[in-house]
Amino acid sequence: MGRKVLLIEDEPNIIEAIRFLLTREAWEVETHSDGTDAVEVIRAGKPDLVILDVMLPGKSGMDVLRDLREVPELAKLPVLMLTARGQVRDREEAEKAGVSRFMTKPFSNQEVLMAVRDLHAQATQS
Amino acid sequence: MGRDTLTGSRIRERRLIAGIRQAELARRIGISASYLNLIEHNRRRIGGKLVLDIARVLGVEPSMLSEGAEAALIATLKEAAVDTRGASIAAETDRTDDFAGRFPGWAEVLAVGHRRIASLERTVEVLSDRLTHDPQLAASLHEVLSTAASIRSTASILAESGELEPQWRDRFHRNLNQDSRRLAQSSKALVTYLDESGKIEDRRGMPQEEVEAFFAASGYHFAGMEGGAEISEALIKAAPELASDAARMIARVTLRQYAQDAAAMPLAAFTQALQNDPDPVDLARQFATDLPSVFRRMAAMPENVLPGEVGLVIADASGSILFRKPVTGFALPRFGASCPLWPLFGALTRPMVAIRRVVSQLGHSVARFECMAVATPQGTPGFEVDPQYQTVMLIRTLGNDEKVPGDVQQVGSTCRVCPRRDCLARREPSILSEGF
Repeated sequence: MGRKVLLIEDEPNIIEAIRFLLTREAWEVETHSDGTDAVEVIRAGKPDLVILDVMLPGKSGMDVLRDLREVPELAKLPVLMLTARGQVRDREEAEKAGVSRFMTKPFSNQEVLMAVRDLHAQATQS
Repeated sequence: MGRDTLTGSRIRERRLIAGIRQAELARRIGISASYLNLIEHNRRRIGGKLVLDIARVLGVEPSMLSEGAEAALIATLKEAAVDTRGASIAAETDRTDDFAGRFPGWAEVLAVGHRRIASLERTVEVLSDRLTHDPQLAASLHEVLSTAASIRSTASILAESGELEPQWRDRFHRNLNQDSRRLAQSSKALVTYLDESGKIEDRRGMPQEEVEAFFAASGYHFAGMEGGAEISEALIKAAPELASDAARMIARVTLRQYAQDAAAMPLAAFTQALQNDPDPVDLARQFATDLPSVFRRMAAMPENVLPGEVGLVIADASGSILFRKPVTGFALPRFGASCPLWPLFGALTRPMVAIRRVVSQLGHSVARFECMAVATPQGTPGFEVDPQYQTVMLIRTLGNDEKVPGDVQQVGSTCRVCPRRDCLARREPSILSEGF
């Protein structure tokens, strides 16, 4: 069965680069660029993993994450969060909201790939 | 009336606060009630042992009775002592009056220093957490870092992917070109923004304070804007008090309102009307305008048009002070929230109702002020939209012999320096010792 990742990000060139990287690793990549209806899109798309930007139009990635964790079937969905803010309290806020992995921009491709592989491996083992 | 001749009024004020009857106080200090009555109405000079005895019975420092106007200074000194407790400094707070009396110059230096520290602390707090307090900076940094992330990711793909299909390679080259341009623009904008921010590195701390200083420098009156003149951008740009963009923007909005008020109530006609009948409600009717406009216009009159000093405070529904013109003797706290007993805030509980109260500030002076306030909705009403209220209060100093209807309402300036006990509106304990 194919592995599906949903990338929620509003920077088109970041979307293109990550899509290229993950497609090359046999991931099916779906994208979305707005926070407002992100939880509905996740529920409908049933991805194996979500890559979520913090600063999104409509609703912040942090709020999307909080809402997502309220949905029982999405409570354990692996979420890799991307943010331009890497202060300790931002990381703590993300952890409190239920993030699986927190990554600050600018990240390396290798870091993203490693995080996606790890999170997926952990999710399939549990 | 001189400050030292008001000792009797201060005794009366403190006696009423302490809830002691005149006859009782007279008995306890060994004088007749009629003599105390004369003292309390400033018809007999008082000093020496009698002041000490009265102060003892009322539980206040003698200087509070004889030098009431220094109360604000003493309160600031006590506040400074409280604020340094973390540094294990044991200031002799029981001798604050003594210190202020013996070294008034040094006491003032300490008080000014304390106020300056409070202003700088607030600036540090804002600057140390600019990403939270400054959404424009947060957005600019996000833009720069997101573009850098895109460039880094794309460049890595181009460098590390070996044989890349020509269509992907061309697409990533194009993206790289786009992002590098975007990065150049966004980083330049960020540097410009930071440069601009550096210029405002707090001389006063808040844009409202810069605007207040700008209005104070012109005596709250702009002769050049009378007679329907447009807002002068040159005036705003040349004002040394307006150091930040935010302050210039607020000044522009405030001056626009000034121009509207000046057009509705031309200077010559309004001056004449004030001399005939200074009642704001009558003036509003006469000039077919609303009360807030009349209050603002009265506070913007040149010196000597009105018989006494006039102050003005404007606040929004959150209680934040938007504008203020101080008036001597009525303490408007620069830091922290004001006293909720002010008619300014009472007006918010009864929007559109004009409120008039005679007030006196506890712990400051015995001066009385006529405060007139009204809260009005801003902008055009909309369906399903809650109105946003703004409240305006005009503060008029009352003469000693001026008779006004109703009782004098006791209000404070801010809880920290207010001696009033059992106040339902109290937010935090007073730093003043019991009984002041």
